[in-house]
Amino acid sequence: MQSISLAQMAMATGFVLILIGFYGALTQRNLLRMIVAFTIADTGVNIVLVAVGHIRGRAAPILDVAVPAADAVARIIDPVPQALVLTAIVIGLGVTALMLAYALKLHERKHTLDIAKLTELKW
Amino acid sequence: MIKRAIALLLLFAVGALFASLLVGYVPDSELNQTARYYAERTAGDIGAANIVTAIVVTYRGLDTLGEVTVLFISAAIVGLVLAQGRMLGNAPGNAPGQPRAPVSELLSTGSRALTPLILLLGVYVFVNGHLTPGGGFQGGAIVASGMLLLLLADPLKQFSHQLISVLESLSGLLFVGIGVLGILLAGGFLDNRLLPIGRLGELFSAGVIPVIYSLIGLKVGAEFSSMLASLSESYKTEKSEES
Repeated sequence: MQSISLAQMAMATGFVLILIGFYGALTQRNLLRMIVAFTIADTGVNIVLVAVGHIRGRAAPILDVAVPAADAVARIIDPVPQALVLTAIVIGLGVTALMLAYALKLHERKHTLDIAKLTELKW
Repeated sequence: MIKRAIALLLLFAVGALFASLLVGYVPDSELNQTARYYAERTAGDIGAANIVTAIVVTYRGLDTLGEVTVLFISAAIVGLVLAQGRMLGNAPGNAPGQPRAPVSELLSTGSRALTPLILLLGVYVFVNGHLTPGGGFQGGAIVASGMLLLLLADPLKQFSHQLISVLESLSGLLFVGIGVLGILLAGGFLDNRLLPIGRLGELFSAGVIPVIYSLIGLKVGAEFSSMLASLSESYKTEKSEES
């Protein structure tokens, strides 16, 4: 059996982070903690995506002296997941800022961040 | 108690799913078709040394425009949500609750000395986006972190919303304008061959990519700064309502 590769280790870390985030989002009652949990899960997804693009023994997709353009195909890792993750990180930040703004507004109105006390949408 | 058990059960199920994915994962040993296309064509067609930048700015430039729009909308909503209720009553910024301890000399001087360097680093990162692992989004975030440092050192600091919004709309407009010029003068929307492609690896290469990525950097920096400013201003009004 071959040894565990870097990509698999990173992927396992990402999956664990996603699970931690889900656990936090499901069990915490404080809105701020839930937001933190969501960002942790977000990070985990990003790590998994980057790990999928990794190919053993290859360099980052930047052409220079070490990676001449002529044999880039044989030297670089998959650039597409990296472009995807770049997008995902930025959108994740925007979503986090939105969640924080809503939490702030809720706290202003209700003076609490405990979701058990925010029952308007409960049935 | 039951809720926690259900949550654990759910996590166990998701974890089992992930584990099966992980065990069955076979890493690629070759680039797939899309990646191969990008790897072969980037140097000749786009002229950008950083292939990720070529994908983000030119090959999938339309998606990046959409992404910047999403970011703009979320910044606008943050501003809108937090501005509600601030209109009536006290203007933000003045009359904080208790007299605050003055910001220490070390903190204010240090932050003022560091901020220009941070801004410079941000500009460097987004101007060199087509050569180095960097780009508009990363550089914009660095620029906004400089703003965050100023706000942390002095929470009552006011940023000019007008300047931020002018910067943001101007760079967004130029971004779309360059894209439309690409239809008229080059191969299509957001085509980078408006300017000569130049030699691979030089600062003035890859056509219009450095310009577009600088505009994206300015726009992202302005959006993040406006989010920070909105969040910190709501803190100030809260303080002044308490008094």
